[in-house]
Amino acid sequence: MRVLSLAGRRLAASIPTLFLILIGVFLLLQLAPGDTVDALMAQMGGGDAATAKQLREFYGLDLSVWAQLGNYLWRLVRLDLGFSAIYGKPVATVIAERLPATILLMTASLSFAFFFGLILGVVAARGVNKWPDTLISTLGLMFYAMPTFWFGLMAIVVFSIYLQWLPAGGFEDITVSYTGLRRTLDIALHLVLPTLTLGLFYMAIYLRIMRGSMLEVLNLDFVRTARSKGMDETRVVVRHVLRNALLPMVTLIGLQAGTMLGGSVVVESVFSLPGLGRLAYESVIQRDLNTLLGIVFVSALLVIAVNFIVDLLYARLDPRITTGS
Amino acid sequence: MSPILVLDDVSVKLPAGGDRAHAMANVSLALAANEILCVVGESGSGKSMTANAIMRLLPGGVTIDGGRILFEGRDLCGLSEAEMRKVRGAGIAMIFQEPMTALNPLRSIGDQIGEMFELHSELSAAEIKARTLALLEEVRIPDPALAFKAYPHELSGGQRQRAMIAMALALDPKVLIADEPTTALDVTTQAQILKLIRDLQRRKGTAVLFITHDFGVVAEIADRVAVMSKGEVVEAGETEAVLGNPQHAYTRQLIAAVPPLKAPPARTLSDEPIMTIAHVSKTYRTGGFLGRGQRVTHAVKDVSLVLPKGATLGIVGESGSGKSTLARCLVRLIDPESGEIRLNGIDLASLSREEMRSATRHIQMVFQDPFASLNPRRKAGEAVAQGLIVHGMARPQALARAKELFGLVGLDPAATERYPHEFSGGQRQRIGLARALALEPAVLVADEPVSALDVSVQAQVLKLLAELRQRLGLSIVFITHDLRVAAQVCDLVAVMKSGEVVEAGPIGTVFSEPQHPYTQALLASIPGRDFGEGRELAHEPVA
Repeated sequence: MRVLSLAGRRLAASIPTLFLILIGVFLLLQLAPGDTVDALMAQMGGGDAATAKQLREFYGLDLSVWAQLGNYLWRLVRLDLGFSAIYGKPVATVIAERLPATILLMTASLSFAFFFGLILGVVAARGVNKWPDTLISTLGLMFYAMPTFWFGLMAIVVFSIYLQWLPAGGFEDITVSYTGLRRTLDIALHLVLPTLTLGLFYMAIYLRIMRGSMLEVLNLDFVRTARSKGMDETRVVVRHVLRNALLPMVTLIGLQAGTMLGGSVVVESVFSLPGLGRLAYESVIQRDLNTLLGIVFVSALLVIAVNFIVDLLYARLDPRITTGS
Repeated sequence: MSPILVLDDVSVKLPAGGDRAHAMANVSLALAANEILCVVGESGSGKSMTANAIMRLLPGGVTIDGGRILFEGRDLCGLSEAEMRKVRGAGIAMIFQEPMTALNPLRSIGDQIGEMFELHSELSAAEIKARTLALLEEVRIPDPALAFKAYPHELSGGQRQRAMIAMALALDPKVLIADEPTTALDVTTQAQILKLIRDLQRRKGTAVLFITHDFGVVAEIADRVAVMSKGEVVEAGETEAVLGNPQHAYTRQLIAAVPPLKAPPARTLSDEPIMTIAHVSKTYRTGGFLGRGQRVTHAVKDVSLVLPKGATLGIVGESGSGKSTLARCLVRLIDPESGEIRLNGIDLASLSREEMRSATRHIQMVFQDPFASLNPRRKAGEAVAQGLIVHGMARPQALARAKELFGLVGLDPAATERYPHEFSGGQRQRIGLARALALEPAVLVADEPVSALDVSVQAQVLKLLAELRQRLGLSIVFITHDLRVAAQVCDLVAVMKSGEVVEAGPIGTVFSEPQHPYTQALLASIPGRDFGEGRELAHEPVA
């Protein structure tokens, strides 16, 4: 099981990275003016200095920066993400409430981008410099160049307001409480536009990568060998080219899992989805350090998990990895 | 015997704007069952295009525009794509030059061979497996069951080529096209693969169209030979007749350029050594985590050699023998771990980086690949002048000196303004030489300087090197895998195997009375080893 030990080593190597990120974010936020108590006081409509002092003591904000950091890391080691003063709940609960929407959005966008990027890339490469290629490449460039928020807004204008086919925002219809399959369908309908908005950008990237690597692999010697065996072109592509061409794409997915989390902040804001991205934005505004660090922690875990899966997948796709030569 | 494959006046058109209109012009060839026809020619002669045309696997934009290709009486040019696919693999099979890249790296050997049966027969999976294993047995791969499951990167070059041959012969094709199948292999492996092809061909009565650039291989394997130049067949006939008594001027010129294996009479060498290499070692450690499971490769192991002033020391060996690592150690591109490299009394191995930079004046290197070793974005003249500028010469003087050096290596001095891609392979190697000579080194380390060149260009570069040695009093360390080349240019030779020098001495002695079994095996493996014996290496005028 060389693959597992290899991937396991990568996993172990990412733990120090995780701590460095957390410490970095923690220190960075100390530089921002104001803290949780300031935000709380503002919410309450103001208060006197004594209350503020009391609150600071209660949340441990009167300690030195290093002591606060030490406290936080010590709690983290015990898998305690702390308590959110703003939401009045443990951070773990706050994040758990928001996580499903983000994971759903990310998985859906990624699958969409991967699947269609792959298909369109293959179609473009097979008809290189003919009209399908030109059409697909032009569309790809358009999606790549269009700002995500603008694309989201335009999608709302066309599909929700003008055509009224799809809901304009939210995770599900809160005016009626559906259950079971009907609820699933409702959520799916709500996610169509956000998924497209986030996914089309990545699809454009994958499509270009796939087209390029297909063209490269099609020129390799073993493709000529396959043709000289008497294999037809479709079979050559499916059995010999595709898997080789997929390798760069798979690498890219691992790299972009993090970027996609960032992109979801914009999309979640545009479509008012209760997701992690929006939560991160709100906790920055409200100086909710505990929640923010919790989000950083969870999203880092997500990225690490995705990379772990990508590592395994890559080893599955490419036998040269496992023997380590 | 009636021929099984006939090329009747075949022409293949290149896209407009190429250096010539036709890749193949009115080529007529006939191949009978149970014979090996070698198509021989230099790069760009259209010999590979001939193979591709027969298979109808021409690159985009290249089309057959005349003639007939008759296979068992049927014209392949007139077949539909679907009918042609039935011929490929089953009727005419093909093996390629690079066994590394000609197999899909992501699929197992057994899977790729089995595909032949899947495509052309109705056999069940179990039968396919049995047949594949039998094939692997037939091409004498060690441990066929293991090779069946192996991926290409897990096999050696020779084993991969055996697997390719097994694949090509899976369906007992009438015709086998072999496109330079042994060019990328070491000489001992090449001898084995040639023997295998010959044996299988005899047993099965296959007609083999063997494409090569190497006259040694032709002498070794061919029944008949066709010589191609610029897309035309200039001469064809029985092997002995063509090689022994070539009629066409081009054939004569080509054969004359093949270096004979016999060394010319020895020159008297100076007693004064210019460079002494003593106990040099270099070890590579790969893999392993905190020292566990580490693999140790002794790339160079305790090598001691002496280079007399004005002499050429050849270092020969197969790939992985450590000869290139040794060359790089000499110029300190790689730092040796232990040992001394004394050049004019100074130990290069003990110099600091800073000191070595100024010592590089005295020892310069020429690399193998004339395409990759020049920066494509810099003018050729700048590449040559760079060393001079680094060592403190003013730019205008350095560029003027570059022009002189261009003249010295037989290039037009005005060509300093051109970019590397505007030169041919041989010209680029001349630029590499000019670059190395710019600093007037005492010792030149040449790492396979002619391996990437066609045989006639190779002869020109070797001649230039010999002239320069004479004129400038150079001492040369010449690394090569080609014993024929070594025989012609070297005074002394050291044979390397697995990082060690197994035999060293004057080239005439080593080649005529090899002592070490490995040297004997190497010499015995050279294809057509008697070919060219008893004749001097002829040089045509340098272009």
